[in-house]
Amino acid sequence: MQTHVRKLLVIITEAALESTLVKDVLKLGAQGYTIADVRGGGRHGPRDADWQADRNIRLEVICDAAVADAIAAHVRDTYSSHYATTLFFADIGVLRPEKF
Amino acid sequence: MDPIVLFFLLGVLARLLKSDLRLPEALYEGLSIYLLLAIGLKGGVELATRPLVPLLPQMAGVIALGCVLPLLAFPVLRYLGRLKRADAASIAAHYGSVSMVTFAVALNFLADRAIAHEQYLPLFVVLLEVPGIVVGILLARVGQGAALRWGALAHEVFLGRSVVLLTGGLLIGWIAGPEALAPQSKLFFDLFKGVLALFMLEMGLVAASRLRDLRASGPFLAAFGIVVPCVFAVIGLGAGRLIGLSPGGAMLLATLAASASYIAAPAAMRIAVPEANPSLSIAAALGVTFPFNVLFGIPLYHRMAQMLFGPLG
Repeated sequence: MQTHVRKLLVIITEAALESTLVKDVLKLGAQGYTIADVRGGGRHGPRDADWQADRNIRLEVICDAAVADAIAAHVRDTYSSHYATTLFFADIGVLRPEKF
Repeated sequence: MDPIVLFFLLGVLARLLKSDLRLPEALYEGLSIYLLLAIGLKGGVELATRPLVPLLPQMAGVIALGCVLPLLAFPVLRYLGRLKRADAASIAAHYGSVSMVTFAVALNFLADRAIAHEQYLPLFVVLLEVPGIVVGILLARVGQGAALRWGALAHEVFLGRSVVLLTGGLLIGWIAGPEALAPQSKLFFDLFKGVLALFMLEMGLVAASRLRDLRASGPFLAAFGIVVPCVFAVIGLGAGRLIGLSPGGAMLLATLAASASYIAAPAAMRIAVPEANPSLSIAAALGVTFPFNVLFGIPLYHRMAQMLFGPLG
């Protein structure tokens, strides 16, 4: 099947950031996003979502490489020093490139 | 012992023994919405039966109390506890703001003993929730140069769900009045105790799981979380007497002053003062002060009120 290469950008961070992050991502050129509530643990200790301050979200954006770079740089510079943040990219194939 | 306290202890024990007991998040959310609305409605129904204007001086006094408390806590945290400015300001905000569940437990304590109090006190919960947070943010930010997005912050502070639900309940109760709400009183007033008991089970689980953060933060915060509520309770009692509350009402105000926020304040401080370590303030507010108030504080503030006002009843 014919697919088109795009970037999948995944940001795992504190639920407190959700609304600001969504605004940022859309402003930086993403055409859509998906959010899920997640649990986990890492340098900031277990984040097992048993209290509001412990809630994490996973924000996924499919976009072109330039937008992914812009979002990643923004998240690194603005949030990663004070908020639990994990961020990674993957190359993926999409069927309808105009959506992303 | 009060069954509500026993439910709390069951939660604490279950978590300490590493039971897999866990209340579904949707249930916890539902119970907290119910409690906030029920408390708001109760206060609103009472407000409907009296003119508001004579209450204005009391309301002003309560807001002033909410501003003063974090200003007292901050220097203790900053200089005695040697905490960073952001951490001290954030914890001060938590202790300036209030805990709705602690208030509910105190209401229940008074109801069990048939001690009279002003039924409109839920109004004071709303008034005390916000000033402490605002003062805490100012303590962290003033003179620090960094620009604050006041619009987003005001949204977070004034439209947080606890303020919306409490204020909403107060307004609905006030507009509808006692007769119109009578058909709903079975749900919102009669079931209150049972729902509070379930909620306290969850609070026990959560409070006990905060103890691990406390181990990391050291003895100062543990002592702070016990001593400061007692001092603030004395200030609250004095303030209650000053603004002319009944002994029961003053004891409720003392409990509010002694309680620390762990819902509204953490959410607002995380956005406003991101460099503050959230596990410090939540460990103190939820791991120390909440259990202390529920187990020992409320009976102690009752005792203090008796000393100040004479026997209550």
